[in-house]
Amino acid sequence: MASLGAVLIGRADQNFSDHLRAGLDDLLAPLYQAVSGPLQAAEHGTGAIGHLFALSQENAQLREQNAELLQWQEVAMALQAQNNALKAQLSYVPQPTPTFSTGEVVADLGGVYARSVLVAVPPVADGQSLVGAVAMDGRGVAGRVVEAGGRSARVLLITDINSRIPVALGAEGAPALMAGTNGPDPALLYWAPGHPPAEGAMVLTSSQGGAFPPGLPVGVVHYDAQNNPVVLPLANLDALRVLRLFSYPQNLPELTPIPHTKPEAKTAAKTAAAAGTHHRKR
Amino acid sequence: MVQGPALRRPLTLWRRLDIAARWAFPGFMLVAGLVVLGMPFGLPSQAALRPVYAMACVYFWSLYRPAALPVPFVALCGLLLDLLGLSPLGIWAVLLLLLQLAVIAARRRLAPARFLTSWGAFIGFALAGAGLAWAAQGLLQLRLLPLWPVLWQGLFAAGLYPALARLLIRVHRSAAAVELA
Repeated sequence: MASLGAVLIGRADQNFSDHLRAGLDDLLAPLYQAVSGPLQAAEHGTGAIGHLFALSQENAQLREQNAELLQWQEVAMALQAQNNALKAQLSYVPQPTPTFSTGEVVADLGGVYARSVLVAVPPVADGQSLVGAVAMDGRGVAGRVVEAGGRSARVLLITDINSRIPVALGAEGAPALMAGTNGPDPALLYWAPGHPPAEGAMVLTSSQGGAFPPGLPVGVVHYDAQNNPVVLPLANLDALRVLRLFSYPQNLPELTPIPHTKPEAKTAAKTAAAAGTHHRKR
Repeated sequence: MVQGPALRRPLTLWRRLDIAARWAFPGFMLVAGLVVLGMPFGLPSQAALRPVYAMACVYFWSLYRPAALPVPFVALCGLLLDLLGLSPLGIWAVLLLLLQLAVIAARRRLAPARFLTSWGAFIGFALAGAGLAWAAQGLLQLRLLPLWPVLWQGLFAAGLYPALARLLIRVHRSAAAVELA
């Protein structure tokens, strides 16, 4: 009976279970951190031993790669100069720089029908919450923070079935919605009829709906075996080690992620539509 | 159950501690396993393993040593499972309790049965549990969830139980045996 009651409480007050979960995460995060350290050390250790035998080949490969990257660096610098000149002509208003905190992924706490990771973060100042922050690994968007405690944050990955992210496709920025499926590659929905996304087009976040800042790299369009467009995420979602959590300034009304009130906010998607509306009435 | 000489031994502090430790061992193992399965090992469908592990523990202990996992403790473990795994609060608490009830009801038939029978019964229970979780979660979120995790859980249940049962039978006869304290 009591557990049935718990189901009801969880339904009636989403915040209650969120608080419980955040508390538990805070409790577990240092524990996981203590354990995952040696685990990663072991991983690197085996790597180092393996590399000893292939040092010279690797050196040659790295030199080649370095030369190639230096060329790219020149290209990038030229483009940056050009970009700056163009921005100066357009009297471009730069985007506010987000504050970020870096955290180690300490646990893979996805459920059977959820994809999320637990990140241990340095303690945040009072009054500031990481909820709604965009999580990126070295290459692209990995997800969004849905719950945050004092020293831990739970990141809902873009592959989660509740994840809905407005994206812009290709150079012209055609709007679409990227929806997680719990599988490895999120699906693309609601692209402009008659203009199917092109294979290999870059997928960037879009500021539509105000949940995400525009222009963050997400992935690349690909057509799967059923000829449905999916996104191959840039972020290495299967082996996340370190995530950066970008909190965008709260003074921008369109970028303020308010959990439980916006349909895009994935925390709200966690509740069923009906429960969500009840919640808002309180 | 308890033999004569054991009763006559004085209940010293150490023996009490021993009894308490043996009594708490299965529960501790269940909780520790749930926490350990959250580590980022990078196994595919690792999350589906957690409810299967919980179900296997509850199944085994309710079958062979019902006193080891009291009902409130099982409910708490269910809540822990829900909190860890982002499922709506309380679903697994209800499901684990249902599993315990079902196993205790079927205990007289299952406990003396051969290993293959109890293995098959567990696969059935696990599939039923995973299916109920799928249905309940789909209903609570008002959407059709993918069915393949249920299949995965059935496969995990079939694969995990023999290995886990081997370990648990050993524990049942030594570390968790309160009567040997």
